[in-house]
Amino acid sequence: MKGFRLLFVTVCVGFAPLAQADDQMVEEGRKIAFDVKKGNCLSCHNIPGGQASGNISVPLVAMQMRFPDKEVLRQNVWNQPQFRPHAMMPPFGKHQILTEEEIDKIVEFLYTL
Amino acid sequence: MISRKALACSVCLLFAGLVVNANVGADGEVDPDKDLEGIQQFFKNKFPDLPWEEFANGSYALDPAWRANWELIEEFPPYEVAIANGEEMWNTPFANGKSYADCFGEPGVQHHYPRWDRDQGQVLTLALAINQCREANGEEPLKYKKGAIVDILAYMAYESRGQIINVVVPEDDPRALEAYKKGREFYFTRRGQLNFACAHCHFSMAGRKLRTESLSPALGQATGWPVYRSKWGAIGTLHRRYTGCNKQVRAKPFKAQGEEYRNLEYFHTRMSNGLPLNGPAARK
Ligand code: HEC
Ligand code: HEC
Repeated sequence: MKGFRLLFVTVCVGFAPLAQADDQMVEEGRKIAFDVKKGNCLSCHNIPGGQASGNISVPLVAMQMRFPDKEVLRQNVWNQPQFRPHAMMPPFGKHQILTEEEIDKIVEFLYTL
Repeated sequence: MISRKALACSVCLLFAGLVVNANVGADGEVDPDKDLEGIQQFFKNKFPDLPWEEFANGSYALDPAWRANWELIEEFPPYEVAIANGEEMWNTPFANGKSYADCFGEPGVQHHYPRWDRDQGQVLTLALAINQCREANGEEPLKYKKGAIVDILAYMAYESRGQIINVVVPEDDPRALEAYKKGREFYFTRRGQLNFACAHCHFSMAGRKLRTESLSPALGQATGWPVYRSKWGAIGTLHRRYTGCNKQVRAKPFKAQGEEYRNLEYFHTRMSNGLPLNGPAARK
């Protein structure tokens, strides 16, 4: 019993920093996505937790289900017109509107939606 | 560097994508009449219940909340001072004793602009004609985005209310078609870091919300100039608005009354052919 407890504690302690880092990334991703001077995603997409969004495009929900491949989701943020040539979405990566790191964070955030 | 041909092609593609029916002949030639018909049909299909003349009211025709606010503003029009100032300018002779009336005859002539000027070989806008009139009479030209130019434009617009927009691309001067095509290409070309064409916001997405802003249809955007904008806290010209719409996609704006914006105004105004002028107007 004592052994199990010890094991449990060790496991928790072992994972805690990792989980924390993820949470932080998600939270930063959310901030960048909602920031009018950064992603400003709300001007076009309804996103859970965001207010006064526009209705230019689809709501960003159920992202894991719709994008089982995370890399494809990232590509959508990096350069949306490669999938839909006429789409009115800024190519956030290609035009260096956001940094690669900022896009990574946004993708982590999107995967929680 | 994108080649001209590739650029022209992506312009057709974008237009085709947005309007479905690319109003371009088999040889790739733009036919301004078919173009006009296709564009106006696109908007009529998009807003089947909107009475034709309502297009002249931009997003206020589509957004009831904005409209209520606008009707309140129109009870004490914020552009009235500009009209009064402009009337005084009209009635005050230049130093040489002549006046605007010697150039234009009467003030209500906005519906003759922008037009193709064969002698000058360029698109003549009302603002440019006003400065040409001044310079021909030994007066300093006015600045193009705000200030006195807006006053005289506001007075002339007011006197032109109800006249019908009818921008013509004369068939017997290929340079006119060239100018029209350049204006059209400008409208459908993606630009700026954000990579939007004018058409992205004012064709396919017209009537939708960009954040909290209702996007007005391209058809009808040319009727009400000059416009008092609450955001400017002042009345400004169409080319000032072009500058703003370029800047918001993080593109470098062009010179007011330079060739690019005059050609744009030529194409842009022609889309509103058949609508009555209703300037000056008030907008958010
Ligand atoms: C100016 C408008 C605009 C902005 C800003 C914008 N998007 Fe988009 N987005 C679109 C459009 C248009 C599409 C294409 C889908 C469609 O036709 O509606 C799209 C598609 C997407 C897709 C693919 C959705 C799917 O189901 O295929 C994702 C993911 C996405 N956007 C995420 C984002 C994120 C994250 C941001 C902010 C960093 C953002 N968008 C900002 C307009 C925009
Ligand atoms: C990112 C979106 C966007 C793009 C791209 C854009 N505009 Fe706009 N435009 C707006 C918004 C928002 C408004 C204010 C609301 C309205 O009236 O549509 C506006 C307003 C206007 C108006 C005033 C309409 C009125 O009734 O007073 C004109 C004219 C105009 N735009 C022309 C253009 C032209 C020309 C271009 C291309 C150079 C362009 N726009 C590109 C978003 C955009």
